[in-house]
Amino acid sequence: MADRARPLGRAGRLGVGAGALVLAATLGPLAAVLAQAGAFSALGPADWAALRFTVLQALISACLSVALAVPLARALARRRFFGRGALITLLGAPFILPVIVAVLGLIAVFGRAGIVNMALAAVGLPGVSIYGMHGVILAHVFLNLPLATRLILQGWLAIPSERFRLAASLGMGPADVQRRLEWPMLRDVGPGVLMAIFLICLTSFAVALTLGGGPRATTLELAIYQAFRFDFDLGRAAALGVAQFALCALAAGVALGLSAPAGLGAGLDRVPMRWDSGGALLRVQDGMLLVLSALFLMAPLAMVIARGVPMIWDLPTPVWWAALRSVVLAVAVSVLTLGLALVLATAIVRLGPRTLGRGLETAGMLTLAASPLVMGTGLFLMLQPWVAPPRLALPVTGLVNALMSLPFVLRIILPALRDSERDFGRLADSLGLTGLARLRWLTLPRLRRPLGFAAGLTAALSIGDLGVIALFADTDAATLPMQVLRLMGAYRTDQAAGAAVVLMALALALFWICDQRGRAGAEL
Amino acid sequence: MLSFDNAEIRQDGFRLSAHFDIAHGARVAIMGPSGAGKSTLLSTIAGFVPLRAGRILWQGQDLTSLTPGARPLSILFQDGNLFPHLSVAQNIGLGLRPDLRLNDNDRARVQDALDQVGLTGMGKRLPGALSGGQQSRVALARVLLRARPLLLLDEPFSALGPALKSEMLGLVARLQAQANTTILMVTHDPADARALADQIVLVADGQASPPAPTAALLSDPPAALRAYLGDGLNAEIK
Repeated sequence: MADRARPLGRAGRLGVGAGALVLAATLGPLAAVLAQAGAFSALGPADWAALRFTVLQALISACLSVALAVPLARALARRRFFGRGALITLLGAPFILPVIVAVLGLIAVFGRAGIVNMALAAVGLPGVSIYGMHGVILAHVFLNLPLATRLILQGWLAIPSERFRLAASLGMGPADVQRRLEWPMLRDVGPGVLMAIFLICLTSFAVALTLGGGPRATTLELAIYQAFRFDFDLGRAAALGVAQFALCALAAGVALGLSAPAGLGAGLDRVPMRWDSGGALLRVQDGMLLVLSALFLMAPLAMVIARGVPMIWDLPTPVWWAALRSVVLAVAVSVLTLGLALVLATAIVRLGPRTLGRGLETAGMLTLAASPLVMGTGLFLMLQPWVAPPRLALPVTGLVNALMSLPFVLRIILPALRDSERDFGRLADSLGLTGLARLRWLTLPRLRRPLGFAAGLTAALSIGDLGVIALFADTDAATLPMQVLRLMGAYRTDQAAGAAVVLMALALALFWICDQRGRAGAEL
Repeated sequence: MLSFDNAEIRQDGFRLSAHFDIAHGARVAIMGPSGAGKSTLLSTIAGFVPLRAGRILWQGQDLTSLTPGARPLSILFQDGNLFPHLSVAQNIGLGLRPDLRLNDNDRARVQDALDQVGLTGMGKRLPGALSGGQQSRVALARVLLRARPLLLLDEPFSALGPALKSEMLGLVARLQAQANTTILMVTHDPADARALADQIVLVADGQASPPAPTAALLSDPPAALRAYLGDGLNAEIK
């Protein structure tokens, strides 16, 4: 508190420096894009179609995800069954699952030679295609249904069990409980979840790249990539970038107003006592829902694993080199992001509710409104006069990944840092524990668990990222997701599955190692 | 000598002023109704709450611009005096060097401090493995090593039972006698004041009064103190 009376302090100055760095790295590329974009007339009818498609698919994906998540979360909230904990853990997995792996799995299930089409053919029905708008939406629902379910389940479990007890004592049945207790909760939680998923789907690139494309299923991100790689029309790429940024900024603004739930929280394995579980019909309904959802979420992954594992030993050498590069990149991104986030968070907590502190927090959250491809385009434009951009493919990818992860990491560690400073800040101050000593003996040990979790999350997201790298890389510098994409493009599906299994294993391993290291000895 | 020179504290709606000296080596109890600002007064001396006006000086040196860690004092709070993730020895070692780069001599002094508070051989444990009384001893061992001339006690022993509490006050008195430490202790309990303090500063009605001798003040309390102590005092005096 004494710091409030004094100007800034070392932590504050460091934080302002880091904030300025983040601002420059975020706004610099944006400015480059704006400068290049020229007039909006550069956008042709195809680009406007991309804009429409981007919004439409994101809207449908978000609505479907939430619509399916509500009954699923309700079933999880009111049923106890064997494997419930495992299912909830599984629901956390898609968040760290590389998108390209999910796509590969979905193709294995719903693709031309997938099990669904084989089954349909066996009974003489016409097949379905996974390519196009419905494929994009299917993949988005696959990737976001688990997140939506976890967030809504949190809302359900946040209803105090005393309320349900009171409802039971008043003789309220399932329908009454729905109207009096569950609807109000959903009205609170729903819009935030919807908006969060809408935002994620707006910046979808890897899914659109693999399952979309063509005049009717191209997102803005994909259009940027195509203008860039195929037409090398930087002006158009930049104009599309401006449109994408405007869209994201608008959506992020709305999302902030809705205060999206914090997500990712623990404690979902609690089953409150319920008295309104209803009769056999409801039980069957919930059971079927749970089985179908588990099947929908597990089948694609199982297919990738079944196909890929036997191929692992036959993978070509470049795949392994790419794997090594990806691991190094992921670790570097983790270190960079956590370092930035710690410096920023320390300054934010120190400066408290002052304007500067709020400004730093906003700077850290700014990339929520940015999209990787827009930032990539801007960085390309900035670097181009000085150096051949492909030579910097990995550093630029790392930088963008770090900036994109920063908001999530800040959201994870800020509350923990606030707690640590509230509980031990005065003691540390009174002992003269400042600077590196404070970091080593107070902050790092107190924040072990959230730091481990955040590091794992960042590493997993980064290793699976397929965005900027596609913009910058020639094949030599390819990361593992790029290799999977290349193998898919070459119709070497089995090898692609093999590489995908390696990718998935690495992402899970990185997450698990970081998270476990964070948990060890963090019970205090 | 600790001097309050027209010191004034203001925190949204709350105000407290003090203008008096406390002699070097004095043992002062700070008493008064809840919410009157006893803890705030200590927090201000320790540097956690800024002064609105005036100065606080130690031996003529103005403390106002010093960070909490640089002030010539140690403070023990009501709780949270130890870092639960650091060992007992590390917690004590922080009193010697905040960066915990201890040499052999430092480590020997930590052991010595452990011996003095009766915790020989417990240096490797974590605070969570100790009882409340033992935790208080660890905090006191750190105070001992910090060797600052001023000790502020913000009811650190209030969660202990009566026997343990008087044991701790005895330990404090012993440490005080060794180094002629000046002690300021917030307390609700006249018995604590009698046991440790030779003077009392009464904090009430936005005013911290100059220190008055303990025995005299308790036997003939002014209105504000009498209202606060209530009949309990009379029953105790008998």
